[in-house]
Amino acid sequence: MRKELQVAALENGTAIDHIPTSAVFKVVSLLHLQKLNHRVTIGNNLKSSKMGSKGIIKVSDKFFREDEINRIALVAPNVNLNIIRNFEVVEKKKVVLPDEIIEIVRCNNPKCITNNEPMKTRFHVIDKEMVELQCHYCELKIRKEEIELI
Amino acid sequence: MSPKSLVNIGDYSEEDILRILQTAARFKEKTNRDLLQGKVCATLFFEPSTRTRLSFETAVNRLSGRIIGFSDAATSSSTKGESLKDTIMMVSNYADLIIMRHHLEGSARYASEISPVPVINAGDGSNQHPTQTLLDLFTIYETQGTLENLAITVVGDLKYGRAVHSLIQGLSHFNSSFHFVAPEELAIPDKYKAFCDKKGIPYREYTEFSSDAINGSDILYMTRVQKERFTDLMEYEKVKNVYVLHNDMLNNSKENLKVLHPLPRVKEISQDVDDNPKAYYFQQAKNGMYVRQAVICDLLGIEVE
Repeated sequence: MRKELQVAALENGTAIDHIPTSAVFKVVSLLHLQKLNHRVTIGNNLKSSKMGSKGIIKVSDKFFREDEINRIALVAPNVNLNIIRNFEVVEKKKVVLPDEIIEIVRCNNPKCITNNEPMKTRFHVIDKEMVELQCHYCELKIRKEEIELI
Repeated sequence: MSPKSLVNIGDYSEEDILRILQTAARFKEKTNRDLLQGKVCATLFFEPSTRTRLSFETAVNRLSGRIIGFSDAATSSSTKGESLKDTIMMVSNYADLIIMRHHLEGSARYASEISPVPVINAGDGSNQHPTQTLLDLFTIYETQGTLENLAITVVGDLKYGRAVHSLIQGLSHFNSSFHFVAPEELAIPDKYKAFCDKKGIPYREYTEFSSDAINGSDILYMTRVQKERFTDLMEYEKVKNVYVLHNDMLNNSKENLKVLHPLPRVKEISQDVDDNPKAYYFQQAKNGMYVRQAVICDLLGIEVE
C-alpha cells in the first residue's frame, strides 16, 4: 500500500518531528516562526506509531542555530530535527536543554526584579531531566509545568 | 580571589566567611580607623530599614568615609519612574561602593551585574540579607570560639524567615546540626530540608517549643512569628504565645548557650530573659557594625591590620 505523507515533503529546510501535540504552538512561538517569511507547514494531531498522536513542523530553506533549536527542549525535550537538503535527510539532531536560558522564560515571582525592570530574564537549568529552572536573580525554582514563556 | 560584590551568602566560600569574621574581630578591638578617607559610600534604601541603614552608616562613619544616598524610595527618583539600572549607573558615577536595600527580589544581583563599583546587598525583598548572616556567624564564633560542630535550635517562623534560611546556608560549611521549632503552618520548607540532606546536615523538627529542644544546644536562634504570615488567623491566635522564650526554660540549658535574635523582637523573648547572661541579642546587633566594616573594606580591597 502506498504510504501517504501526512505533511508535504520538503526540498530544503528543517523538519521538526515528534512534537507532543500540546507543545506544537509553543514551538512555533519559541522559534518565532510567526515572524518568518519562509514557507512553514504545521501539522498537528497526526498519527504516530510511537506517540499515538504528534505534531510536525516543516520550515523551508531555514536552518536554525543550535541555541535556537535548543529552546525547544523547554517544552518538548524529545523532538527530532531533520535537516533536509534536496529531499534527503542529511542530518538528524536531538534537542539538548542548555545550562542557561536567557530571555525566553518569564519568572513566576511577581516581586522578581525581572518582572519590574526592562531587562532580560535568566535561568539556570538545575535539573535537565525533570526540566527544573532557577531564576538567576530572585532564586525562585520553577518546575516544568510552571514554565511560562515570554 | 574575593567576590567583587556581596549579594548572597552562598557566593562566599568557607575561606571568604572566615576572612570576614577575622577582620570583623579586628574592628571590634579597634573600631575607629581612617581606612575610608577620601571614599564615598552610597546607601540606597529603596525600602526603609532604619536599623540596617544606621548600622551600615555608622560602619562607614567609623572608617572616616563619607555617605550619600536616601533612606526611602519616596525621596529617590524611582518615584519618577527611573529604572533601577539608571539609578545605579548614576550613583556609581559618584560613589566608590553601593549599599542597597530594595523590596524586589533579585535587585541586588542585577545591580551588581551592571554596577562598575562593588554592591552590598542590604536585603532584597524576602530573598537575601547576607550581612545579617555574617553577623550571626560572627556572633556564634565569638561566643563559642568556633563555628565547627555546633548544635543550633531555631524557633519561630521558619517558612518565611530569611535570616534562618541564610543561616543554614552559611553554617553548611561547618558541620552543624539543627533543631527546627515552628508551628505547622510556618514549618521549614522542603527545599531547606533537601539542602540539609544534600549537605549531610542532621536536623530534627518540633512543633512544640519546650526545654527539650533547647537543652542540648549551643545556640538558640529566636525569630518573630508574624501575624501577616498566617492565612488562618485562628491558627495565629493559637500559636502566638506558644513560641515564646521564658527565662525558666533556660534553667537546664548548656553553660555556653547563647540566645540570639535578628531583631526587632516583639513578644517572642520575654523581658525576663534580657538579664540572663545567656541573652546575647543586643551584642549580636552591635556586632553587625564590625562585620559591615569588614565587608566594606574587603570589597574595596583595603587591608585591615
